[in-house]
Amino acid sequence: MYLRDFEYYTPESVEEACRVLAEHGSKARAIAGGTDLLVKMKNDLLAPEVLVGIGHLPELKKIEHVPGKGVVIGAGVTHNDIQNSKVLQEKYLSVAEAAHQLANNQVRNLGTVGGNISNAVPSADLPPILIALDTTARIVGTGGERTLPLEEVFTGPNQTVLRDDELITEFIIPDNGFTGSTYLKYSLRASGALALVGVAAAVMLEDDLLKDVRIVLGAVSPVPMRTINAENMLRGKPVNTGLFEEAGVVASAICRPISDIRASAEYRMDMVRIYTRRALQKAVAEGHV
Amino acid sequence: MANFVVDKDGIKHYLVSITINGILHTRMIKANSLLVNFLREDLDLTGTKRACEQGDCGACTVLLDGKPVNSCMILTISVNGREITTVEGLAADAKLDILQEKFIEHAAPQCGFCAPGILMSAKALLLNNPRPTEHQVRDAIAGNLCRCTGYIHYVEAVLDAAASQQEREG
Repeated sequence: MYLRDFEYYTPESVEEACRVLAEHGSKARAIAGGTDLLVKMKNDLLAPEVLVGIGHLPELKKIEHVPGKGVVIGAGVTHNDIQNSKVLQEKYLSVAEAAHQLANNQVRNLGTVGGNISNAVPSADLPPILIALDTTARIVGTGGERTLPLEEVFTGPNQTVLRDDELITEFIIPDNGFTGSTYLKYSLRASGALALVGVAAAVMLEDDLLKDVRIVLGAVSPVPMRTINAENMLRGKPVNTGLFEEAGVVASAICRPISDIRASAEYRMDMVRIYTRRALQKAVAEGHV
Repeated sequence: MANFVVDKDGIKHYLVSITINGILHTRMIKANSLLVNFLREDLDLTGTKRACEQGDCGACTVLLDGKPVNSCMILTISVNGREITTVEGLAADAKLDILQEKFIEHAAPQCGFCAPGILMSAKALLLNNPRPTEHQVRDAIAGNLCRCTGYIHYVEAVLDAAASQQEREG
């Protein structure tokens, strides 16, 4: 497989990258790890005339905890950078573990978190857990910058609010008080398979009371989906496995999966019920530590 | 910005310098050059294989600054200035790498097409983790598909290589 001809820019900053992107409009694409973009180009689903390399930019490469702000994850860090980050292993092990669930080692060494989010594939592994932890995305373009809750970045399968000249530069997980969180992925193989169902849960425990809770589903709706109804029925209640099962039933009823070669919609819905319960149990178990 | 010249068709050719197996290669390439093709076609390093060409099979695995990556998913221009190790870089002074020795001893490759990729994934694992568990070995080569399905001998060979390496180094 060969690629069509295109021009390649190697900007020295995010600002310069945005400027080049703005200059070429819809004919240009930013490329970081390339693990999604190059597959689309090889299959002629996309034929950009200009690629703007951003994977090398040091300003996109950090993972750090900034007091008063939270954990800042640069958009250019790879999935393996996330998995191996001491900061994340310490503060949000669930995020480090979710990064390890993606594809395989070779892809995790190239694919970036910014790319994973910007590609907006419904079955992506990082969005559910990041949304469950109230993550925001900092978006920079030629016209300035804006910060959005991550769930508002997605507008549909493979679609986001990003304009042609905009890049996500970092993700911020605020110091949110969630004491336990997890992402569970159900797929047909242990490795290298897309999620049939992904469920992230984050809980804030006060003794045995669920002070706050988030449940976010992946792969079963056009965009990653918070299950507000299921969250509401749990909030303020004592920890109770029966209640988790009921939350699973609620989550199952409101998700909107498709049937495809991997699984039927009915099967996915039933797996949402089970994985929601399991995710809550695991998040709570971690939240008690 | 990389240096470039424009050919008669108006296509840009960019100057890149990449260290491959310890040797600095400087070439003019088009932006659409994929690393796997650069290695195989421009440098005749055909040990790196091309198969699925979309990042699923791992036959094209090389090390980029010591980390395993799929060279079919990398634009050559994007690794300007970096270091690549291919399977040809494993044997030094006509002496096989311990992994290569153990692959032979365990008769791990069958058709052999996936072997260069598995060698590189295993090499990266042992560089980072000289005493991996069986699970860690399986995880490290999960991105390398063997259509002969001979995974067990590969896992045994990698574990044996790790043990032997440890022994030799005392």
